[in-house]
Amino acid sequence: MAGLHKSEFANPVVNWIDTRLPIFTMMQKEYGVFPTPKNFNYFWNFGALAMINLVIMIATGIFLAMNYTPHVSMAFDSVERIMRDVNYGWLLRYVHANGASMFFIVTYIHIFRGLYYGSYKAPRELLWMIGVVILLVMMATAFMGYVLPWGQMSYWGATVITNLFSAIPVVGESVVTWLWGGFSVDNPTLNRFFSLHFLLPFVLVGVVFLHVAALHITGSNNPLGIDVKSPQDTLPFHPYYTMKDSVGICVYLLVFAALVFFAPNLFMAAENYIPANPLVTPSEIVPEWYFLPFYAILRSVPSKLGGVLLMFGAIAVLFVLPWLDTSPVRSSKFRPIYRNFFWVLLVAVVVLGLVGAHRPEGVWVVLGRLATFYYFFHFLILLPVLGKLERPLPLPESISRPVMAGGGGPLPGGAAAKPMEKI
Amino acid sequence: MANSMPATEAGHHGGDVTKRDFLKLVAGAGAAVGVGAIAWPLIDSMNPSADVLALSSTTVDLAPIQAGQAITVVWRGKPVFVRRRTPDEIKTAQSVAQNTLADPALDSARVKPGKEEWLVVVGICTHLGCVPIGNKPTEARGDFGGWFCPCHGSQYDVSGRVRHGPAPGNLAVPPYAFDGDTKIKIG
Ligand code: HEM
Ligand code: FES
Repeated sequence: MAGLHKSEFANPVVNWIDTRLPIFTMMQKEYGVFPTPKNFNYFWNFGALAMINLVIMIATGIFLAMNYTPHVSMAFDSVERIMRDVNYGWLLRYVHANGASMFFIVTYIHIFRGLYYGSYKAPRELLWMIGVVILLVMMATAFMGYVLPWGQMSYWGATVITNLFSAIPVVGESVVTWLWGGFSVDNPTLNRFFSLHFLLPFVLVGVVFLHVAALHITGSNNPLGIDVKSPQDTLPFHPYYTMKDSVGICVYLLVFAALVFFAPNLFMAAENYIPANPLVTPSEIVPEWYFLPFYAILRSVPSKLGGVLLMFGAIAVLFVLPWLDTSPVRSSKFRPIYRNFFWVLLVAVVVLGLVGAHRPEGVWVVLGRLATFYYFFHFLILLPVLGKLERPLPLPESISRPVMAGGGGPLPGGAAAKPMEKI
Repeated sequence: MANSMPATEAGHHGGDVTKRDFLKLVAGAGAAVGVGAIAWPLIDSMNPSADVLALSSTTVDLAPIQAGQAITVVWRGKPVFVRRRTPDEIKTAQSVAQNTLADPALDSARVKPGKEEWLVVVGICTHLGCVPIGNKPTEARGDFGGWFCPCHGSQYDVSGRVRHGPAPGNLAVPPYAFDGDTKIKIG
């Protein structure tokens, strides 16, 4: 039955709107009184940071687009003009370019938080999978954005990455020609990348909305990884977590500002300040740092198709992760063996990042192969087996328990904690 | 057909359901064709356009190229290597045992008969599309005297065949024809 919403807001204007379109009630419910586990640590800040980062990217991007020209003979110069002549153009571009790095730092921490505290496990599988979609769209967006300044790295990065699709048997070549709109990366490619680079962040807004909607159905996980059992375990989101998030946001903005104002080219390749030349490949092609681990996996396999499959496979395993990890215990706090392997995984990914930044020679080849092997071993073999063998520590009875008792001793298997326990 | 009686009994009612199913199927198929018909122009608009296709031939004057030298010309926006091989290089290229090649191909199949001196290949590494180096005398040519790809270390011989590294295939030979002795038309 259709009907007006019964609004409880006192302000007559707000009340009038809310009666007809209850967005104020919704905001109040989802961000005001929303019951949130009371034991969050600062790792629970990073989702909010990622959202702010997306807003910053869209805001700076729109103003950059007002001065950017997507044409092969003008793109590079238009970016230089933004840097030199446009009022605050340097600020817009440095915030946008470093914002991409900040976005990936924040998102990677957010993902590893999920891995450590088992946030991908039931009932949050779909929430996690939507997150993996967000990661993919982010990567596509950042890749296409990096092509826009039309420097040497832009051009050759675009060439190498689009050529990955030529590894597809039979139709590979046609797919690549279609992606390019020609027979090499050229003006049609630049035009479509600009169009898509403009569009995808807004797609991202939509997917992030689904991500948050799914979160508000299941509720947040927490450092103990156990379910909320009573209202005593929670706090209203406002003012408690709006305040805690604000602290994190200040720190995040400090780091961001330090990058933009003191080391704006830290993450940028000098080579990309040379205009694109389709006839000369730079002696060393290195992707942006946030792609290095995947690039290392690509190069660790001596076969073209194999390398491409494994690289995409590295993300595909994340999709099915909720079903690969067979342990019902979420938080690593109570998984004495998994906890160690989590750190091994983190080291393996960092090693892959280093390998991706070096020429594939000597020790780097060996390290790259070892780390690639471990990455897949971790997800495909270790996680399914470990869940069956590991004996988790006893879980606390409720979130309030250890919080009240000052992080005190867990109770041996309270009735409510039973389902989570393994004997 | 043993219980055809009950089937016809229900037939009146069931017949309606079947007809509706059929209509749904036809409507669904029609909608799918419609969506496809609308999607195709969008997808195909991303393929190379007529003006891009029109730029697809290039004429090269061979006269200034000395034996042992190579030049780079642009064809369809890609680099094409034109190399004038020395008699020694031709001999090496022809005498390679086929079973040592990753992508076996006779040298004679990669040049025009009677014009063994001239090798014309697309200068794009078959791995991930970088431009191999080796045209300039100062550049590394790899262990096989042809080209070396700086991206992931593939090496090509004087026939443009891959001899080492991740590249799966030989440098492509573009379609071209001699126009007299000192000119070729690529494309
Ligand atoms: C998910 C959000 C986004 C990410 C991760 C992202 C990433 C990037 C990156 C890495 C660059 C290259 C920076 C450089 O080296 O100069 C770039 C450039 C650019 N982006 Fe974005 N971007 C995002 C959103 C947007 C939006 C929403 C717009 C416009 C509406 C936009 C417009 C541009 C323009 C015009 C450039 C070229 C100017 C330049 O190179 O600084 N971006 N983007
Ligand atoms: S692109 Fe030449 S070796 Fe990879």
